[in-house]
Amino acid sequence: MITDTKEPATRPAPSTKDRTPKRVRRTWRNAVRRDWQLYSLALLPLLFFLVFRYLPMLGNVIAFRRFVPGGNLFGETWVGLRYVKIFLNDPTFWQVFGNTVVLGALTLLFCFPLPIVLALLLNEVRTRVFKQFVQTVSYLPHFLSLVIVAGMVLQLTSIDGTVNQIIGAFGGEPIAFMQGADWFRTIYVSSEVWQTVGWGTILYLAALTTIDDQLYEAARIDGANRWKQTWHITLPGIRPTMVTLLILNIGTFMAVGFEKVLLLYNPLTYPTADVLSTYLYRVGLVSNNFSYAAAIGLFESVIGLALVLSANAISRRTVGTSLW
Amino acid sequence: MVITERQQKPAVVRPPRIGDTRSYRVFRAVNVFVLLVVVALTLYPFVNIVAQSFSDEQAIRTGRVNLLPQGFNVKTYEIIASDSAFWNSYLNTVVYTVTATAISLVLTTTYAYVLSKHHLKGRGTLVGIAVFTMFFNGGLIPNYVLISELGMKNTLWAVVLPNAISVFNLLVMKAFFEGLPKELEEAATVDGLNTYGVLFRIVLPLSKAVIATMVLFYAVANWNSWFSAFLYFDRSDLFPVTVYLRNMVAGATTAASMGSEQGDVAQVNSNIKAVTMVLTVLPVLAIYPFIQRYFVSGVMLGAVKQ
Repeated sequence: MITDTKEPATRPAPSTKDRTPKRVRRTWRNAVRRDWQLYSLALLPLLFFLVFRYLPMLGNVIAFRRFVPGGNLFGETWVGLRYVKIFLNDPTFWQVFGNTVVLGALTLLFCFPLPIVLALLLNEVRTRVFKQFVQTVSYLPHFLSLVIVAGMVLQLTSIDGTVNQIIGAFGGEPIAFMQGADWFRTIYVSSEVWQTVGWGTILYLAALTTIDDQLYEAARIDGANRWKQTWHITLPGIRPTMVTLLILNIGTFMAVGFEKVLLLYNPLTYPTADVLSTYLYRVGLVSNNFSYAAAIGLFESVIGLALVLSANAISRRTVGTSLW
Repeated sequence: MVITERQQKPAVVRPPRIGDTRSYRVFRAVNVFVLLVVVALTLYPFVNIVAQSFSDEQAIRTGRVNLLPQGFNVKTYEIIASDSAFWNSYLNTVVYTVTATAISLVLTTTYAYVLSKHHLKGRGTLVGIAVFTMFFNGGLIPNYVLISELGMKNTLWAVVLPNAISVFNLLVMKAFFEGLPKELEEAATVDGLNTYGVLFRIVLPLSKAVIATMVLFYAVANWNSWFSAFLYFDRSDLFPVTVYLRNMVAGATTAASMGSEQGDVAQVNSNIKAVTMVLTVLPVLAIYPFIQRYFVSGVMLGAVKQ
């Protein structure tokens, strides 16, 4: 992905492995004769992509066909846009669509910039051991199963949990966080920040080390203080990384933590917690409306793809950084 | 690895300078404080869960357990340790993780090796086939229908095959293979090794570090995964420990399966949840300090190839 941005530069360079003279036309027949062993290594992985990635994409046709559980993988008869019309007229669909956008936007708003801030703060630490300690601890939540994270969140926000103990210590009344829709977004985004902020610093810290120290020397001679150095040297230095990660974050905007929401929500929190992916999960796999759910899923995937493509195009035009 | 923690440090650590302004020194003190708060907030949920796991249920119910166990006891650990359903699911997790990691490793390594050969005709298409799936996927319903039609429900294959190749990991390995010196492979070819021989005798022995990273990436992902098993398994004897725990947190597991001593407890109490969470997360926490830098170098290898 990010690796591939560099490829156009390297691809035209003559490969030293290329033992055939330049004159020989690079036809498929020649390629297969010479590299059949390499192609054979690709067969099993290609089979994997075909069966488990591309077949399900084709399987989305059931969004436009009547599907009988246990029947044909691709449905029985064409019904056209029937299911699309149903969800466009479904008030619950628009509610969960709104929830998805709000939750996605809040996640982007907090989970994108905070790792940059943390990386900049870590960059100012001069004691190597302390820096390493903070890094090690802050990466830790990334390695936890979502089931564990959800368990911790539910425990901390329960009536007898720590958050309510703190509220009690300040004389407040305990809040039943998970028995109403008011707090779900706060809790979801907080837990998302907790889990991702440390791990998110890795790429920024790597990018920070590539900034030329001479730039800082020059800035100091020109009388720039630490803050001005950060603003004029450090931030521009990590801009390509920021843009790349922003595009990737936008790409996952619609798919907002399906598994985490599924683990955290309950019927009482549906008004703010229910998102497209959890709604289609219930419609499809709990109520067995496969075609209807597939139509919603396809809608979600197409929007996700469109978001990535447009974010990528915009960033290529404006800042000259793109994924491909 | 190409980029290790150790290599990046000298550039970051700058000696103290006389020119530091007073306000900058104040900032650095505040900075240390802020980072300590970050550390405390990160660690607190872990400490809290461990404290609860050793606490008396009554103390948890009345909101008295924070950093230290109240009414210290290990009784719940003994109960869980003698619960066959728990150990069965633990064993399932081990089996799924080992199988899935092995399959993933073979598929990822072979495909990444093919993709690293820049002279190969059709290579761009092969890369595209993989990368496109990062941004567009079939979605939940078609995947579920497919797995059902293939007859994989309630079999091991439903959890080990559908996510066998992570495209991110694939690109990490591809980047690593591209960084290997070409001369070695050429020399081996001249000496009469075919492509398979080059891969197994020359390339893989040189790739132990990246293979270790891949094993860790896949193993941790599989250890932590729960949704595939939750979706495709109807029988509780097939559940991995994450699903066992999920059902417990969601209140679906009754205390009756927790041993006769707890028969009078109506719902799963916080203490038992805490113990199960600690036991589930323990293997990951135990190896974490040793594997962390492999993950970091793996992530950077995949992303920053300057």
